[in-house]
Amino acid sequence: MANKTAESISREEFFYGHKACAGCGGSLAVRAALKVLGQNAVSVLPAGCMSAVGFNFPQLCFSNNSIISTFAGTASMLTGIEAGLRAKGYTDFTAVGFAGDGGTADIGIQALSGAIDRGDNIIYICYDNEAYMNTGIQKSGLTPFGARTTTTPAGQNIHGNIREKKNMFEIVAAHGIPYAATASIGYLPDFIEKVRKASQIKGTKYIHVIAPCPTGWGIAPDETVEIAKEVVDSGLWYLAEYENGRFILNRKPKQFTDAAAYLRKQGRFRHLSDEDIAHVIESRDRKWEYINQNFTYGG
Amino acid sequence: MKPYLREKTAFSFDEVPENTSFEAGYLVSVNSGWRSIRPVIDAAKCIGCEQCYLYCPDGVISVRDGKAEIDYDFCKGCGICAKICKIGAIRMEAERG
Ligand SMILES: Cc1ncc(C[n+]2csc(CCOP(=O)(O)OP(=O)(O)O)c2C)c(N)n1
Ligand code: SF4
Ligand code: SF4
Ligand code: SF4
Ligand SMILES: [Mg+2]
Repeated sequence: MANKTAESISREEFFYGHKACAGCGGSLAVRAALKVLGQNAVSVLPAGCMSAVGFNFPQLCFSNNSIISTFAGTASMLTGIEAGLRAKGYTDFTAVGFAGDGGTADIGIQALSGAIDRGDNIIYICYDNEAYMNTGIQKSGLTPFGARTTTTPAGQNIHGNIREKKNMFEIVAAHGIPYAATASIGYLPDFIEKVRKASQIKGTKYIHVIAPCPTGWGIAPDETVEIAKEVVDSGLWYLAEYENGRFILNRKPKQFTDAAAYLRKQGRFRHLSDEDIAHVIESRDRKWEYINQNFTYGG
Repeated sequence: MKPYLREKTAFSFDEVPENTSFEAGYLVSVNSGWRSIRPVIDAAKCIGCEQCYLYCPDGVISVRDGKAEIDYDFCKGCGICAKICKIGAIRMEAERG
């Protein structure tokens, strides 16, 4: 029985034997993307879970060339690698970065913005687990409203994070980048297609993939993929692309699944009151009004 | 080829590289001890659809001759494969011993 997606990617494994928690969504994103890009991908991993679990000397879990960058320097190291290999005469390689939400939306945003501005020929993948997980679950700019983290505790008066999730996809798109996309590990074939598409476009490419973290989200290890589907199906995340100056919506749920159910099953949201949940649903609906007005629906 | 467990795990000082780079895919320890439950494939049921292979975060499933196989050295027992298999060919069993 042929699986079209499985046929389209490498049979080899490039991220293997890593020490990520059981059921880690980030590790699935890295594994899948490298199976698209193949042996000649040169990957850059800043401080964060994926470097922490991939490079435990002498256990080196990447079987392609890979390097750890400074926390803020994913994009600038990609820039350097791409320029260096090009100067050496190499043509058949892909410089790809895998940075967390903190490493992308907070500390790494300057280097990323610079790379996009210069049009450097790199792929930047943000695996978004919605907090600084490697240091024990602190709030980042991509932590959603209401989430409990160690720096946004859930108390009587303040119920977790009071800020909305930063709109990283559209911030990147506002640079006029050649290609940007959102994805979710719950919809792996879509993510894989987007990585392939990015690898065929010249210039800077950005993919923002939701990658749930069982440890930080308070879900069971076997729920990662389901919850990554559910966040899309409930309308709290969306699958879209930005190309040639236009936004395209890839998936339009006819009817959203129960957002409250999505929130309630995660430890990080368990404290939310009915009003908090109503607030989440209200911002979701506002967001979709905007999407429906400004994005074209298509494959 | 995927990274494999090296037989020689002991390092002497002269083997340790002086700079910070080292051979890619160099594995010296397994992850099997992390498991409290293990996925078991019912080969009679398995139709080789490769969904479990695609979604395993650790990449330890491969389909050979139309049947899924697991590298138990590196499977962590997360259970994602058992949930993704629509026909129920994977069940999770308590790890013994
Ligand atoms: C300049 C600098 N500041 C802080 C740290 C500590 N640090 C290492 S990983 C990390 C969290 C990374 O969070 P994120 O980018 O979201 O990736 P995740 O761990 O969630 O995968 C932090 C704060 C560091 N290594 N370097
Ligand atoms: S803490 Fe979360 S992101 Fe980090 S390795 Fe564990 S599951 Fe993955
Ligand atoms: S998902 Fe189930 S049927 Fe498909 S290959 Fe895996 S075990 Fe076999
Ligand atoms: S239990 Fe998890 S790690 Fe083990 S084979 Fe299944 S999906 Fe992979
Ligand atoms: Mg993170």
